[in-house]
Amino acid sequence: MLKYIFKRLVYILIALYIIVTATFFLIQLAPGSPFASERDFPPQIEAQLNAKYGLDNPWYVQYKDYLIDTVTFDFGESMKYKGRSTNDIIAESFPISLTLGIEAMLISVGLGILLGVIAALYHNRFPDYLSSTIAVLGISVPSFILAGLMQYFLAFKLDLFPVSGWKGFSYSILPATAIAITHAGFIAKLTRSSMLEQSSSDYVKMARAKGLGKWTTVFKHTLRNALLPVVTYLGPLTAGVVTGSFIIEQIFAIPGLGKHFVTSITNRDYTVIMGTTVFYSIILLFAVLIVDILYSVIDPRIKLKGAKK
Amino acid sequence: MMKKKLLEVNDLQINFKTYAGIVQAVRGVSFDLYEGETLAIVGESGSGKSVTSNAIMKLIPQPPGIYAGGEILFDGRDIVPLTEKEMSKVRGNEIAMIFQDPMTALNPTMRVGKQITEVILKHNKKVTSAEAKERAIKLLDLVGIPMPEKRFRQYPHEFSGGMRQRVVIAIALAADPKLLIADEPTTALDVTIQAQILELMKDIQKKRNTSIIFITHDLGVVANVADRVAVMYAGQIVEYGTVNDIFYNPRHPYTWGLLGSMPDLKNNEKEELRTIPGSPPDLIHPPKGDAFAARNEFALAIDYEKEPPMFKISDTHYAKTWLLHPDAPQIPIPDAIQKRIQGYLEEAENSGK
Ligand SMILES: Nc1ncnc2c1ncn2[C@@H]1O[C@H](COP(=O)(O)OP(=O)(O)OP(=O)(O)O)[C@@H](O)[C@H]1O
Ligand code: SF4
Ligand SMILES: [Mg+2]
Repeated sequence: MLKYIFKRLVYILIALYIIVTATFFLIQLAPGSPFASERDFPPQIEAQLNAKYGLDNPWYVQYKDYLIDTVTFDFGESMKYKGRSTNDIIAESFPISLTLGIEAMLISVGLGILLGVIAALYHNRFPDYLSSTIAVLGISVPSFILAGLMQYFLAFKLDLFPVSGWKGFSYSILPATAIAITHAGFIAKLTRSSMLEQSSSDYVKMARAKGLGKWTTVFKHTLRNALLPVVTYLGPLTAGVVTGSFIIEQIFAIPGLGKHFVTSITNRDYTVIMGTTVFYSIILLFAVLIVDILYSVIDPRIKLKGAKK
Repeated sequence: MMKKKLLEVNDLQINFKTYAGIVQAVRGVSFDLYEGETLAIVGESGSGKSVTSNAIMKLIPQPPGIYAGGEILFDGRDIVPLTEKEMSKVRGNEIAMIFQDPMTALNPTMRVGKQITEVILKHNKKVTSAEAKERAIKLLDLVGIPMPEKRFRQYPHEFSGGMRQRVVIAIALAADPKLLIADEPTTALDVTIQAQILELMKDIQKKRNTSIIFITHDLGVVANVADRVAVMYAGQIVEYGTVNDIFYNPRHPYTWGLLGSMPDLKNNEKEELRTIPGSPPDLIHPPKGDAFAARNEFALAIDYEKEPPMFKISDTHYAKTWLLHPDAPQIPIPDAIQKRIQGYLEEAENSGK
């Protein structure tokens, strides 16, 4: 097990290196500079600024500097917001995004499994049609449209929730739901088909032949096996929730990491782009690792490669 | 000494509603099962063996299944009208089932031990989980699994096919049922393991006086394990009798066909395996007259018109064929089959001495 984790950590490092390099060259290729939006400076000042941030160095020196920054996890000062380091920005905004992300994941997993189980238990009856319809709608309506609709109807018209901002729990419900709903739809469909597959299997029939009740059979036998595919979806789900937060944080004016990430790109705020990219990559790579470990814990048939008991 | 009648199935009819129409999977099946006895149900694929056995467990999914008629008296009580809740006290407890494929019958993500104690705890409210564990380990030992304490904690994928079937049997025995239904329990196993599992079942039957319904399409196995045999065709029992009746004095042409299609290794004669020509009838529109007529080389004119009744041959032996009608022409058993029977008789005599 330790050996396996160690191996995976090495892979994560390699992946990070590739991501950092790719990001670096993409930034180099993109037109514009961090100082382009400010009013016309005299060329001397721009040259000075470039010199200060090392942007006048040849690309390989800049590349080396970035690699060093990444290894030391010190990306330096934001090029846009003077006096704020990238690390500060992340430290400040990440907890917000984390709260939002966890809430979104709980909603998508909880709602998805609930809908899926109901649909499977009432296969081809009304509750099945209802929850399948909800799932399909959830999958097909883009999150930003749902966000807009919810803001207009639930927040603006009915005044049930605040329209935007981040001042407490009630502010998080709409954005978390907006991020979650597509994934909830996916999980519902996944759960439903996997539940149906499992309930026609022999061991479920066997459980019934043992005299176990309907619900005991569902909870103790069917559900656990049916949820295995859902666990594999947790990796992509994490990625989806992260990317979802980019748009949703903009729409709801939430000062989270996703918002900073997006604005840093439009601002060509190189240091912040690099910092947030590395940070996101680390989170996602570890999420995938955790899901794999989790999977082997839940399904005894799966032995992690390279793991010895 | 009269043996006690444990199960009595009377005119059981099971239908399935499908898009194509109503499938009459079981069309009036009746049989008795006595305590400590084994009844084998044989017949080709689709003849309704599994549906009959699932019906006794009330495991027919409804819908699409329909109990269209008949009664199933277990210990004198009709279980057809029982509710799910009442039935869950019977299942696993008084009637237990052994499934065909041990590779899929166990829950892959639950420890084997728990799959056994689950049954014990469900049906014995007073047993603590420590006692249940002790019992489960004893059961594993009983069904011949070495190192039961260690095995108790393992998952199904750590067992071989034969070992899993032993676990399945241990689960079936966990609540000490009076009736075991084994639906082709050895079909998925290789021959040596088959023999071991059959031995195990016979052994358990002797120790516990369990009644067994043994479903198979392998007549060779039947001679070994059964006391009585029911031959099923197209949802009906066409011949019913003791093992001796069926093997030495088969009366129904379908039984002849089954006997003829069984490879005869002992007599070692160069003979072709006879197959039964044609295929079973459509159970959505069962034919008028006898269902076997179209495949029967001995069919009479009446066979296409009127269904034959069960004719009584002896107190233990019945067959559903017009050939037994007093006015029917005398049709002797085909030579090849007769030779077979001779072979069995000689074999029996030799082993008897
Ligand atoms: N759920 C169902 N819906 C519709 N028809 C069914 C259903 N279950 C069984 N049947 C039909 O009932 C008939 C009898 O099937 P059954 O499984 O009892 O055959 P069997 O004798 O056990 O055959 P095998 O040797 O292949 O196991 C078949 O024609 C089958 O198509
Ligand atoms: S009743 Fe007629 S068709 Fe049916 S098995 Fe007997 S002889 Fe054949
Ligand atoms: Mg069957």
